[in-house]
Formats: sequence, structure tokens, C-alpha cells
Amino acid sequence: MPEYKAPLKDIHFVLNDLLAFDLHYRALPGCEDATPDMVSAIIEEGARFAERVLAPLNQTGDKEGCQFDNGNVRTPTGFREAYQQYVEGGWPSLSHDAEWGGQGLPDSLGMVINELTSTANWSWSMYPGLSHGAMNTLEEHGTDEQKQTYLTKLVSGEWTGTMCLTEPHCGTDLGLLRTRAEPNADGSYAISGTKIFISAGEHDMADNIVHIVLARLPDAPEGTKGISLFIVPKHLPDANGAAGERNAVSCGSIEHKMGIHGNATCVMNFDGATGYLIGPPNKGLNCMFTFMNTARLGTALQGLAHSEWGLQNSLTYARERLQMRALNGPAAPEKSADPIIVHPEVRKMLLTQKAFAEGGRALIYYCSMLVDMTKHADGETRANADTQLALLTPIAKAFLTEVGFESANHALQVYGGHGYISEWGMEQNVRDCRISMLYEGTTQIQALDLLGRKVLMTQGETLKSFTRVVHKFCQAAEEDPKLRAFTGPLAKLNREWGDLTQQIGMKAMMNREEVGAASVDYLMYSGYVTLAYFWARMAQAAQLKLAAGEGDAAFYRAKLTTARFYFERILPRTRGLVETMLSGASNLMELPEDQFVPE
Amino acid sequence: MKVLVAVKRVIDYNVKVRVKSDHTDVDLANVKMALNPFCEIAVEEAVRLKEAGTASEVVVVSIGPKACQEQIRTALALGADRGIQIETDTMPESLNVAKLLAKVVEAEQPQLVILGKQSIDADNNQTGQMLGALLDLPQGTFASDVKVAGDKVNVTREVDGGLQTLALNLPAIVTTDLRLNEPRYASLPNIMKAKKKPLEVKTPTDLGVELKSHTRLLNVTPPAERQAGIRVSSVDELVDKLKNEAKVLRGG
Ligand SMILES: Cc1cc2nc3c(=O)[nH]c(=O)nc-3n(C[C@H](O)[C@H](O)[C@H](O)COP(=O)(O)OP(=O)(O)OC[C@H]3O[C@@H](n4cnc5c(N)ncnc54)[C@H](O)[C@@H]3O)c2cc1C
Ligand SMILES: Cc1cc2nc3c(=O)[nH]c(=O)nc-3n(C[C@H](O)[C@H](O)[C@H](O)COP(=O)(O)OP(=O)(O)OC[C@H]3O[C@@H](n4cnc5c(N)ncnc54)[C@H](O)[C@@H]3O)c2cc1C
Repeated sequence: MPEYKAPLKDIHFVLNDLLAFDLHYRALPGCEDATPDMVSAIIEEGARFAERVLAPLNQTGDKEGCQFDNGNVRTPTGFREAYQQYVEGGWPSLSHDAEWGGQGLPDSLGMVINELTSTANWSWSMYPGLSHGAMNTLEEHGTDEQKQTYLTKLVSGEWTGTMCLTEPHCGTDLGLLRTRAEPNADGSYAISGTKIFISAGEHDMADNIVHIVLARLPDAPEGTKGISLFIVPKHLPDANGAAGERNAVSCGSIEHKMGIHGNATCVMNFDGATGYLIGPPNKGLNCMFTFMNTARLGTALQGLAHSEWGLQNSLTYARERLQMRALNGPAAPEKSADPIIVHPEVRKMLLTQKAFAEGGRALIYYCSMLVDMTKHADGETRANADTQLALLTPIAKAFLTEVGFESANHALQVYGGHGYISEWGMEQNVRDCRISMLYEGTTQIQALDLLGRKVLMTQGETLKSFTRVVHKFCQAAEEDPKLRAFTGPLAKLNREWGDLTQQIGMKAMMNREEVGAASVDYLMYSGYVTLAYFWARMAQAAQLKLAAGEGDAAFYRAKLTTARFYFERILPRTRGLVETMLSGASNLMELPEDQFVPE
Repeated sequence: MKVLVAVKRVIDYNVKVRVKSDHTDVDLANVKMALNPFCEIAVEEAVRLKEAGTASEVVVVSIGPKACQEQIRTALALGADRGIQIETDTMPESLNVAKLLAKVVEAEQPQLVILGKQSIDADNNQTGQMLGALLDLPQGTFASDVKVAGDKVNVTREVDGGLQTLALNLPAIVTTDLRLNEPRYASLPNIMKAKKKPLEVKTPTDLGVELKSHTRLLNVTPPAERQAGIRVSSVDELVDKLKNEAKVLRGG
């Protein structure tokens, strides 16, 4: 059975040695409670919960799946109890306002806890994860009364939430959506329409479910400018604020799908259900954008989660599985064969997973620091954090899920034929990971967002907010001969990143399709360079500790070794991407549709 | 009724224990430390007594370097009310611990003292008993059930022959076994509250105890690596091997 141990050593490395979270929290108004000892105590307890309560339900949840019966959904055995424990532990409230019952701790600390629960059991974590999306919507756009009624229940975890965007004919292009909202006499709305693929849309874990629904008002303009946001509770709150009368929203069926079997993916039917407008009419999509970054980082986390889960388990397997001899002669002569970790190609698979898991952690935690700043800082710090986050979010979301899926595949491969067999849990890891490249905006859509909206539309300004950071780092570390192997190539790539952007920008002025044709390659390139920055910084942090003779020397040396692996074995992938992204749109657009499969 | 609980900082049970290269001790550098699991059970029992209205205050004591405050905070997050750290440079041996605890008991006057039956690092299983002897108090060791009734506590003990229930006059000393309870997870609000609970630091000198070494650690070696097992084809073969190879069975 696969197992999970919270990677506390690496988490503390990223928090303390790499990103200096203690200074970060001290500088942020409202984050004073997050002292280092408090942070560590919270992470430790979160780790215990993830390891002991959630991880054991990961494989059983996959096997059993969710059961649909006449509008009701039964979640896998143990999910409900685990959720109750999570609620009793006060975890849903971590990063929410004290005013609504939250603990008021920083979002970044919530991200660390989410990493633990997500890696231990992604399907389960989606239930509280979706609530988080609903809470953010209410926090940003709800009236005080709406917050009192719904937010407090979500913060306590008594109720859970959903995000209802997708309809049968529209997923990516929300401008096409049709769900209607007709005004009622009492100021509420009657919501009618069908939503599909709604995660956690129906389940047996909480008393009530608060749906956040995108719909159109009767006089709404066409397209994305005519969409409004509504709260539609499964049960209408009664006079005491408890879950009361059943609302006209119901689950029509649940999907049978490739992975995340423990999470219910629901068809939700709204039959004149009572809903309440949140935020201004017709501004629903703008409202959603204000917290889209956090939601997308939550999905980026999924890439990290499956990398880490696969790494931990395939490493254990590689150290035990005996097969063939090391090429330079037996490493374990007393055994019938050597453990497969002696073979270079097995090591490559393990190191690739390690490089993506640890690099991804650094990137995500860095982004979550930016999220803190967008909420608690002001002035230039805040504006700068906003801009960097705008750039890094599509990179983190699409790149980390793409390489997360690659990692999950490597983990399976390390197991040989056993990786393909269910009982070892590695094929589940691949299946569960696959969805991450689809929802919350597909890889293609993230790539368009990055290159088109974020980079080109701002004439490269958004990009510069981050390349400036990389440039400063390289410059400052230039003198250090031990780091030159990292800062040299990184500085070169950082310049190239800007040049490539310009070249594509030039071509795009003639032909908009050039943007689309370069987009995913550009995104992956951006991802590799971004991760190179974090690996170079991790090398620097490790080097400093080694020079000072502090801490676990073997751990820090391993950081340097992994950084070298990343720069020499992963980063060269950028060469191919440069060539393909510049190869132009015509090699994609020329082929007539009817010649893809000639008749 | 006041309950005093002693807690120890030990190597986490999940950690693969390594011996220092010079064999002087177990290598504790850069390894994860935790609250001794038996102590955790002791804290849980005390907190349950408080929740049931039997106990009015739960005080935790830990002896060791400053880092052991982490374990005191853990206990406070589980529901204890205040903490006392007795600061020492190293982890003192059991008799010293018992002497220090005896002084705390004299000062605090608890009705019940709960300790783990042993710590998972040294596995000595003696501090509770020594404390009982020093204070001349009744002791119920290896407890799997604890019920306070008036001025008595009924302790069910896990002994070799099964279960034994003793009625002890209060004040008394109880040491916990694994099945006494299942410790809770600390809740987030309680972790945050724990930070604000009082934690007093004392030294052995404050308590008038002089630390003395009665034992000497000569050498630490890891256990021999386990040999690969073999598969036998029949019961007869098994018996034969147990007799003639392993020599653990005799006669016939
Ligand atoms: C398990 C699961 C859970 C989900 N949970 C939720 C949920 O909780 N709430 C919710 O609202 N939705 C949810 N979704 C829906 C999900 O967000 C959508 O499936 C996703 O946005 C893609 O939309 P689509 O399926 O309609 O694909 P389409 O939009 O039809 O896309 C099909 C393909 O075309 C590509 N494509 C589309 N437009 C472009 C373009 N302009 N340029 C380049 N490529 C393009 C896409 O990348 C994709 O590869 C979930 C889906 C699944 C499978
Ligand atoms: C669905 C299925 C159907 C199958 N059908 C058949 C069948 O009909 N008949 C049959 O006989 N077998 C069959 N097999 C077995 C299959 O051929 C083996 O699983 C495969 O040969 C791999 O062996 P293994 O699983 O023992 O992996 P291992 O040999 O343990 O390999 C584990 C990992 O180590 C790597 N590795 C091992 N040695 C080295 C080395 N020296 N250098 C670098 N990397 C190394 C491998 O590439 C792999 O990634 C089947 C397996 C499956 C899953």
C-alpha cells in the first residue's frame, strides 16, 4: 500500500532557509500571530492529520468511489468522519477573517497545510478546497448579511461550497453560458439551468452546500459582460440561520471518470432555485477574477501533490526492488541482484520527480507569499506582488500540472509492471493527476492567458516584474564561484525570455495566430526558467548553510546535487522549446481539416 | 482536583534511529523530535478528567533543554492549562527526573500524577515507580482504565496474567499503557491558544535538587541487521529447524 510522510524537512527549508517566512510575516500587518514556533506547531499537527487520517483513505476512496442514489451522493467510507475531524480541528477557518470566525492566519500558511492534505488525499481535499473558493467569493463580494449567513458556516466547516461555472455546451468559453436568473418579488432570484462537472456538488459530509453560480439576468448583454454571480444554497437558511427548507437545486447524476473517484463530479439541475445576487449585476466574471489566482494556485498544488506522492513511494520501491546488477559490478553482492536505484535511468526518473516536487514547492510557496502581500501590504509592494502573481499563476498552474503528470508517470514506470497494477497505487496517482491539466482553465487556456493577456497585452511589463527579480538575483550572486554554474545559464535564459517575447510579439502584429501557435511552448519554457530561478536560489541557500556549518549537511549537499541535475538534465529542454515556439503558425494552420485523417 | 502530567521530548517514533559514528549515543542531530507517545496518552487522560469535571486544572511538567518547551506547548494545545519546564543541559536519567518531579509535586500538591509507563527512547519504565517511592504515594502502573471515585482512584492495570484493578487512595501516581485512550488531534484554535498559556521555567537549583549520575553509558550499537527469512515446506521441517538449527526447541 502506498504511504505518505509529510516532507517536513523540505517544507521548513523552503519556509526558513529559502523564503524567510519569519521576516515576511513580521513585515505584514495582521500576520503577527504567525511566529516561527506557532507556524511549526501548526504544520506539525496538520502533518499528523494528513498522514494518519487522510492518507489511509486515498486508495480505499479510489476503489470505492462515490455512489449515486436518487439525488443523493454517498462519499467513500471514512471521508465523512475525516471531514468531521477536520472541522473539529478548526482547519477550514485557518486563513479567514476573525470577524467571520476565522483564525486570521496568512494564506501562505494555509497553502502549506493544503499541500499536506492534498498530497495525502487529493480527492478528499477537493471538498474543503471548493469551500475555499466559495469563501473567497463571499469574502470579497458578499454583503455583511450574506457573510453572516453563509460565510460563517463555511468558515466553521459546517457547510461546504461549490463553484458552478461549467455547462454542457461551455467550459472554456463562459461567455456562452445560459443559466438564467429571473428576479423574484422579494429581491431574490429564481435560478434555472443545468450545470455539469460540479465538484462536490452533492455529498454526505455536511448539513448544507452553498453553490456559487454563474447565471444571466433577463436583460443581460451577450457574452462575458452579461454574467452575474449568485449564492444558491441547497437548503435555504431558516430563521435561526440553520439549514432549513430544501431549495429547488438537485444533483441529477454523477460522472464516471478516469480518476479522483472519491470526489463527486455532479450534474446540478437548477429548477427555479432561490438565489441571491453577489456583487454587482453583470460583473460576475470580473468578481471571479479577483480570486482566480488563489484558485489556480490550488490546482498548481495538485501537480506538486502527485509529484511528491509518486516520489516518496517510487523511492521506497526502488530501494527494495532487486533487478539486474549495477553496470560497474554488484552493489549488493550478498543479494540475488542489486536494488534498481543503482541504475542510472532509474535514478533519472527519481531525480526528475524530486526536481519537480521540490522546485514546485518553492514556486508555490513563493506565489503564496505574493498572495499574502496582495491582501496585507499596500502601495508599491502590493502592486508589485499583484503583477508578479498575474504572471506566475498561469505558469504555476499549467507548468506544475504538466510536469506533475510527467512525474506521476515516472513513479509508475519505476514500479515496472507493478506500476500498472492497482494495488500498488501508482496508476491511481497517474489517473488522479490527469484532471489537473483540464480544470481551472486547461493548459492551452493558461498558455493563452500568459502569453496573450499577461505578457503581450502589457507590452512585456508583467514579464519584467519577474525577470527583474531574476536579474537582480543573478547579479548579486555573480561573484560567487560556487554558484556560477547556476547563475550564468540562468542570466542568459532570463535575457532570452525577453527576446523571445519580443520576437513573438512582432510576429503577432501581423498575425494573431502566432500567439496561439507559440503559447504552450512559451508557457513550458517560462516554467523551466522560473523553476531554474528557484533551483538556483535553493543552491544558494544550501551553500550558505554549508559554509556556516549549520544544520544537516547531507540535506544541503543533496540540494546542490539536485540543482545541478536540474540545470544539466532538465533545463536543456528549453532549447527544443525555443525552436518550436519560433517555428511559426503556418506549420499548424496549413493542413486542411479534412486531411488530418484522409478519407 | 489538580492533575500533574509529566511529559518527555523524545525522537519521533517515525524516525529511523541512527547511532553516532563514535558509538557514544543515538544521533539526535537534525532529527524530528516529538512528545513521547505514552506521555501523550497521559495528557489525554488528564484532559478527559478535566472535561468530565473531575479535574479542575491540568499542569504539565517537562525536564530538559529549552527545546522541550515545544512538547509542553503540544500538551497545552491538547488541553492542559499551564506548563513548567525544568531546564537542564541534557536529558537527566530517571532517578534525577523522579527527584525533580517529587519537588514539583510537593510544591503543586496535585491529587493525581500521571506519567507514561516508559519513554520510547530509553524504554526504562521506572520513573513513575521511583516517584511513588520518593513520595511514598500509592502507584498504579500500566493503566488501561482510570476512574476517579471520591477520594480514590480505580486503576485497571495490564499485567502479564490479564487485568488487575486496584483502588488507590488519592493522591496517587498512575502510569499509562497504550490502550488507556486514543489521544486527540490538537485543534487549530487550541494550538494558537496554547501559546498564550503560562509556561514557567525553573532550574534544578531552584528546586534544591542536585543532579547526580548513577549510570554510565558505555557504548551504543545498532541491532544486528535482520537476516533474510526462509520458507519451509512442512510443519515437520519447521520443527526440525527450530530444534536443530535455531535450537529453541528441546527434546521430542
Ligand atoms: C472532474 C472534473 C471536475 C470539474 N469541476 C468543476 C467545478 O467544480 N466547477 C466548474 O464550473 N467546472 C468544473 N469542471 C469543468 C472544467 O473546468 C472544464 O471541463 C474545463 O474548463 C474545460 O472545459 P470543457 O470541458 O468544456 O472543454 P472545452 O472548452 O470544450 O475545450 C476542449 C479543448 O479545446 C481547447 N480549447 C478551447 N478553447 C481554446 C482556445 N481558444 N485555444 C486553444 N485551445 C482551446 C481546450 O484546451 C481543450 O483541450 C470540472 C471538470 C472535470 C472533468
Ligand atoms: C498487464 C501486464 C501484462 C503482462 N503480460 C505478461 C505476459 O504475458 N508474460 C510475461 O511473462 N510477463 C508479462 N508481464 C510482465 C512484464 O513483462 C514485466 O512487468 C516487465 O518485463 C517489467 O518487469 P518488472 O515488472 O519485474 O519490472 P522490474 O524489472 O522490476 O523493473 C522496475 C523498473 O526498473 C527498471 N530497470 C530494471 N532494471 C534496470 C536496469 N538494468 N537499468 C535500468 N533500468 C532498469 C525498469 O525499466 C523499470 O522501470 C505483464 C505485465 C503486465 C503489467
